[in-house]
Amino acid sequence: MISIRNVSYQIGSTMILSDISLEIPKGKVTALIGPNGAGKSTLLSLIARLERLQSGTVRVGNLLVGECSNRELAQHLSILPQTLDQAPRLSVRELVSFGRYPYHQGRPQAEDNRAVDHALTVFGLADLAQRPLDALSGGQRQRVQIAMNFAQDTEYMLLDEPLNNLDIAGARSLMALLCDVSERHSKTIVIVLHDINYASRYADHIVAMQNGTIMAEGTPSEIVNADLLRDVFQTNAEIMHVDGVPIVLV
Amino acid sequence: MNRRLIWLAVILFVCSVAYMSVGARGPLSFVLPFRGAKLAALILVAVSVSTSTVVFQTVTQNKILTPSIMGFDALYVLILTGAVYSFGGMVVFGFSDQFVFAVSASSMTLAALILFSTMLQSAKADLLRLVLTGVVLGGLFRALTDFMQRIIDPNEFAVIQGASYARFSVLETDLLMIAAATCIISMILLWRMRFALDVIVLGREAAVNLGVNVKRTQLLVLMLMSVLVAVSTALVGPIAFLGLLVVSVARLVTPVEQHGVLLVSASLISAITLIGGQTILERVFRLSTPLSVVIDLLGGALFLILLLRGYRR
Ligand SMILES: Nc1ncnc2c1ncn2[C@@H]1O[C@H](COP(=O)(O)OP(=O)(O)O)[C@@H](O)[C@H]1O
Ligand SMILES: [Mg+2]
Repeated sequence: MISIRNVSYQIGSTMILSDISLEIPKGKVTALIGPNGAGKSTLLSLIARLERLQSGTVRVGNLLVGECSNRELAQHLSILPQTLDQAPRLSVRELVSFGRYPYHQGRPQAEDNRAVDHALTVFGLADLAQRPLDALSGGQRQRVQIAMNFAQDTEYMLLDEPLNNLDIAGARSLMALLCDVSERHSKTIVIVLHDINYASRYADHIVAMQNGTIMAEGTPSEIVNADLLRDVFQTNAEIMHVDGVPIVLV
Repeated sequence: MNRRLIWLAVILFVCSVAYMSVGARGPLSFVLPFRGAKLAALILVAVSVSTSTVVFQTVTQNKILTPSIMGFDALYVLILTGAVYSFGGMVVFGFSDQFVFAVSASSMTLAALILFSTMLQSAKADLLRLVLTGVVLGGLFRALTDFMQRIIDPNEFAVIQGASYARFSVLETDLLMIAAATCIISMILLWRMRFALDVIVLGREAAVNLGVNVKRTQLLVLMLMSVLVAVSTALVGPIAFLGLLVVSVARLVTPVEQHGVLLVSASLISAITLIGGQTILERVFRLSTPLSVVIDLLGGALFLILLLRGYRR
């Protein structure tokens, strides 16, 4: 479980997050939704200590973020930031191999190589393994990044807009894969999603944010409704139900 | 990659043999230790410059700037001049050379840490701002040095003049032992950080995700790098564009991101440039043009090209 207690964050005098308390259920897929600028990326950055906490506490399992060592946290939690600068001279396999760094600190063992091969296979990158990153499409590069997080093999995974650059087939297979991984290895996965329909269809739990606060949380059928669309997203889209899953007509 | 490193090592060996033997006159028992000490000093300078440049480029996430372009070596000369200015050359050079080196190197490291760590925090990936700050700081250090040198006693000026511009023919070989010791310790520490440096190339956020303490690594690297700059400046004086030249060539010869390879190839290329260049200029052509002028000419042109190309992209 990730538990967030009274977390506020400000840049200059602008309040980005105001007094957030939230429990993210263990072993489930949680989708974080909300309009642009709601503070989703900031919240993930604080959980993954990419930014320093200003007030409040974040606990990941039994690790207290900010007190435990960086290396220890890196073995339990991984994050895919929203934007990443990449070293273009690496090959696909080299980048994915970095996912094992928290374990081997530069000297990979046989099991690390196995984990890398597994990640490459799972993400359909085996054929591209030796390709340089700058010879890939945006979507392929995104998959390589996620494969690196996958090779990191952490109990908790935070993914900030992982569906960016993916086509519909890529997006669906990634979501299905993440649900499968979460279920089979009881991993806790938090995904920032732009498309509410992906959240409805694949997530076990949804957290909706707006203006640095949590507006609603619950299962898709509990919270995806006309009120949510109006209050959080300021739009009047219609909602249909397909097999009990609420789908937003766009 | 390893084949290329071996080739570089072979070329370096040939250059060193040529440096030791070409035009040698007089008894070998005199020539060998004399030239040997100079060769050792050249290697120390070469390795310090290349290593400090590689690690500086990694922690600042750019491939154009170098410690000398940012004015680190100017800072060393400024501190030395400042000491002579305030206490008098008799006092400063009354101490042993080693003591003066140790004190100036540590004050320079401290000053560099304070100055550049704040700058690194604020100028995240903003290359233009970093270049401007470096140019301004370097200019400021040089202007202050120049000012103090003008008003101190001409006799004392002669003493520090040695430290103010690069010359490879007259090396401060008295400092060899302490310089070698400092350099080797810094190199060992940096070498042990090579895998963390590989991770830092991925960017700050990716490195934090992988459990690297980025800020601590940056500060440590900055500190060790300042020490290396102090070593090379104390031995031969400031050489503005050597680092840029040899590291850019190294990135072409061994086009990988692993610091384990890059640090070695840059050091080999740097040593080849200095020793080979010095042999050719001084021994073969008997030119009076100092090697530093040739290096700065080539390196300066490369700096302009990189800067223009970087901004057009
Ligand atoms: N460095 C910054 N300086 C000032 N404001 C920022 C900075 N980074 C983010 N913000 C502001 O913080 C708010 C939340 O940003 P973010 O967490 O990226 O939102 P989201 O990921 O939900 O789109 C936005 O209003 C954004 O403008
Ligand atoms: Mg965002």
